[in-house]
Amino acid sequence: MPTFEYAPAPESRAVVDIASSHGLFIGGEFVEATGGTAFKTVNPATEEVLSEVSEASADDVDAAVRAARTAYTRVWSRMSGADRGKYLYRIARIVQERARELAVLETLDNGKPIKESRDVDIPLVAAHFFYHAGWADKLSYASLGENPRPVGVVGQVIPWNFPLLMLAWKVAPALATGNTVVLKPAETTPLTALLFAEICRQADLPPGVVNIVTGAGATGQAIVDHPGIDKLAFTGSTGVGKMIARSIAGTRKRATLELGGKGANIVFDDAAIDQAVEGIVTGIFFNQGHVCCAGSRLLVQENVADEVLRRLKRRLGTLRVGDPMDKNTDVGAINSKAQLERIQALTEAGEAEGAERWDSGCELPAHGYWFRPTVFSGVAQTHRIAQEEIFGPVVSVLTFRTPGEAVAKANNTPYGLSAGVWTEKGSRILWMADQLRAGVVWANTFNKFDPTSPFGGYKESGYGREGGRHGLEAYVTTGGGQ
Amino acid sequence: MSTRVDVRKTYKLYIGGAFPRSESGRSYEVLAAPTGRRSTPRFLANAAQGSRKDARDAVVAARKAQPGWASATAYNRGQVLYRVAEVMEGRRAQLVSDVRDSEGLTAARAEAVVSAAIDRWVWYAGWSDKYAQVLGGLNPVAGPYFDISAPEPTGVVAVLAPQASSLLGLVSVLAPVIVSGNTCVVLASQARPLPAVDLAECLATSDVPGGVVNVVTGRTAEVAPWLASHRDVNAIDLTGAADADGVDWGGLELAAAENLKRVLRPGGTGATAVEPDFGPTPDLSRLSAFLETKTVWHPKGR
Amino acid sequence: MSTATDVDATARARDLLGVSRLTNQALTGWLHGLPGVDQVGCEARAAGLSTRSIKTSSKAWAIDLAISMIDLTTLEGADTPGKVRGLATRALVPDPSDRTTPSPAAVCVYGDMVPVARDTLGDADVKVAAVATAFPSGRASRAVKLADVRDAVENGADEIDMVIDRGAFLAGDYLAVFREVAETKEACGRARLKVIMETGELSTYDNVRRASWLSMLGGGDFIKTSTGKISPAATLPVTLTMLEAVRDWRDLTGEQVGVKPAGGIRTSKDAIRYLVTVHEVAGEDWLDNHWFRFGASSLLNDLVLQRQKMTTGAYSGADYVADDAPSGY
Repeated sequence: MPTFEYAPAPESRAVVDIASSHGLFIGGEFVEATGGTAFKTVNPATEEVLSEVSEASADDVDAAVRAARTAYTRVWSRMSGADRGKYLYRIARIVQERARELAVLETLDNGKPIKESRDVDIPLVAAHFFYHAGWADKLSYASLGENPRPVGVVGQVIPWNFPLLMLAWKVAPALATGNTVVLKPAETTPLTALLFAEICRQADLPPGVVNIVTGAGATGQAIVDHPGIDKLAFTGSTGVGKMIARSIAGTRKRATLELGGKGANIVFDDAAIDQAVEGIVTGIFFNQGHVCCAGSRLLVQENVADEVLRRLKRRLGTLRVGDPMDKNTDVGAINSKAQLERIQALTEAGEAEGAERWDSGCELPAHGYWFRPTVFSGVAQTHRIAQEEIFGPVVSVLTFRTPGEAVAKANNTPYGLSAGVWTEKGSRILWMADQLRAGVVWANTFNKFDPTSPFGGYKESGYGREGGRHGLEAYVTTGGGQ
Repeated sequence: MSTRVDVRKTYKLYIGGAFPRSESGRSYEVLAAPTGRRSTPRFLANAAQGSRKDARDAVVAARKAQPGWASATAYNRGQVLYRVAEVMEGRRAQLVSDVRDSEGLTAARAEAVVSAAIDRWVWYAGWSDKYAQVLGGLNPVAGPYFDISAPEPTGVVAVLAPQASSLLGLVSVLAPVIVSGNTCVVLASQARPLPAVDLAECLATSDVPGGVVNVVTGRTAEVAPWLASHRDVNAIDLTGAADADGVDWGGLELAAAENLKRVLRPGGTGATAVEPDFGPTPDLSRLSAFLETKTVWHPKGR
Repeated sequence: MSTATDVDATARARDLLGVSRLTNQALTGWLHGLPGVDQVGCEARAAGLSTRSIKTSSKAWAIDLAISMIDLTTLEGADTPGKVRGLATRALVPDPSDRTTPSPAAVCVYGDMVPVARDTLGDADVKVAAVATAFPSGRASRAVKLADVRDAVENGADEIDMVIDRGAFLAGDYLAVFREVAETKEACGRARLKVIMETGELSTYDNVRRASWLSMLGGGDFIKTSTGKISPAATLPVTLTMLEAVRDWRDLTGEQVGVKPAGGIRTSKDAIRYLVTVHEVAGEDWLDNHWFRFGASSLLNDLVLQRQKMTTGAYSGADYVADDAPSGY
């Protein structure tokens, strides 16, 4: 009998029309960058150039900050919360209306599977705007302190792993609380942010409330260093997060930092094993493992380690790696050549240090940046692949014997963003959740996100929370404190 | 008729529940605040001049004590801290005397400051089993999940105590740090360290476990950088950088960035640090500055 | 009365459980030692499999496979020889407008209708399945249930669809359920035994998993979700849990057991979701009507509609699907 083949089921590209070049979005207009330099953004699945994007200079950043300041003082900070909220509701609705277009564009620019951009990223973007819209006229009920007021002009620098979702995490609370924004999308994934600028125009958002400047590290540094910025919000690597913390030391600029992680996903011998295997897969292979809160360290109780590993490998055999635009694709392209090289270097180090490497051996496309879902077993806590964030589809498997040992190993890292616990024993879940030094603990689930649920790290995974009532705190000042 | 020769007190460090001298063997003269009635400042005591190694030992003690203090029940922490206020009340005479001398206050004013400090302590003690409900709660996520956020202590906190307000200020920065389960290393006011040592004695004779609060007296500019750069310190309160000789709070924040410490900046604007007025009843900002929000998800199913 | 097969099943159960005597306590320990099933995670996995998109040649193949897996069913009190003859005839020629359309696997009827079905089907490769054991409630004495089975087999049934005693299962009397399955299997002789667990009454996925293992331990050749008389009938997460069970059972024993979701599967899209799940959870070995069946009546009509659409390129309609029981459509 024939094998059960899934024929390619590509999503149509026709819903997006990508301009060959893009300017900066400053003061409600698309403008040319003063320096005249530009960079290319490519589809990582094909290496096809999608568009040329302007590189904002320090002067452009200055213009954006001035536009944001003007909008802040003249319009946005004076507007009633109810009216601010209505703009955010408008944005939420337009995101829903243009959801398919945004999803396709995200997948083209980022390489993530269309089923994720379509079913996870974009719906969560709309949800974030919808959630925060409602807060705009209710801030005095948010237990933020006496008389919550906006901070001013906020500089936001976001990563490439969830381009539009990270924009939403940053922009929605900032606007709801009355701040204006200068945002820099990641160099490799600027396109949905630029489409978002168009959405702001469709919503008639007052000019200057949201400004989007594209560029690389220098543009980001210009935002961080600009004296007109009152607050920074950054998501990205711990290395850059520390640079930002250093840059603003001794100033009155505030910052929230969502940084790296090396999350432990802990599986006990009494876990619901089929769901635990799914949780391991979701934990590290969702979004190609380009997830700061990924469960990149799998800690399995030693008495079931072989069984879990066997089931995990069998499951990975059904993962479909390839064309991100195919609706059946589970794992898409690595976002950039540089990231692919980093993953390769770290996995080679893993082999060199003696860990046992396994992958499903699935076929990979001839062009683009790809990495097979990979499992390292026999990993020791001292291996680089157990310590450093790989940010790719690679899981390091370690074992433990007792709950105490699991906690000790899980916490034995400078990071503290996420952790997972799989057990059917309720009291153990709660004990583990207490012990784990991580900002998010997923018990019998993994990689779940919601606008109402605060997200952020302990230790070197950064500070501040995004989402929920807690996420508003970073965007307001309150009176009366000592 | 002869007056009795009083027995004076040796002002030492407070580390891990013990009162050692500085490992460096150093001490420094502590003088009374000038009151205008005397031409030369009156000698009060020789305080221990803590070193970087004393600070290091204090961090070790704080780290050791942290898990136990954090896992004590909130009710228990509240009672332990309330007990501190009881002991302070019992030692009121010495606190008043040292505050009066240190800050150059009238007797009545010093009494009022000590009362305020004790009341402030009681205020914070009462928060131990309340802030989690105020700051945490259920998140109504769009799915079949129980999702709850709760505050947890950040860990080990270095505190630069206010330079001017030697007791009320100290209590106002210390109590919000420890009430949630953090442990700390306090750098006492450089020029006015005696009330801090008095407070340490109150802590030692109440039920606060050793190591929860560690008090180092000495030169702020000498010791603070070692705490700011210490990788096993999770957060630093720079309130006491205001008016501290030779202390650049920006430099301390820069050092703190190396392990992404949570930094509570000093009051003031721009580079200028100003010690706040500790008189008014505070809000929760000092307490929440040293909390981490942990969010736990669990599916809801049959 | 202990029969040879019963002894065999019990001996094998003792062997698998590692006990010297098969007691309810031993069975309880074994079944409750199976890994739990997290409802939310299980349903999320099923929903994820539902997003698989099947196109063109794969879809055509899947539709034919699905048709060939149908147990074309009528289980009404009002069933008559005429109704059953019509159903059996439909099984022989599911789409008179296209004779390449494959036949369903079996027709499934009450025991007294077996001779009618058998007679209509002749020696065609369409099996006759009979529900038995006091279907659908299962509330009768063991002797009556077994007589029901023997009667159907004697009348020519190739397959027997039994119901387990859900009351006994929910009361924790696993030994009673085990014995019932084992004795029914013995009574089946050469007929294959499908064990209906009535998962809608078991309520939790943990129970579905335990009932699946217990049914396999008792000797069932198939595990089947539902009678079709209780809502919910078959669901994708329940079937997913059962597919995990047969997969793990084969890992443990080397024996392959079939799966039959029944009731509530009405559209081609539904059927394809099930096939995707079979493929990704149990594997290709189960993509055959010897190992996977759909218990359905109206599903055939929709599959035929889709098949016509793929052949002609135009959307078809009910008037173009010849159906001997259009009321059920």
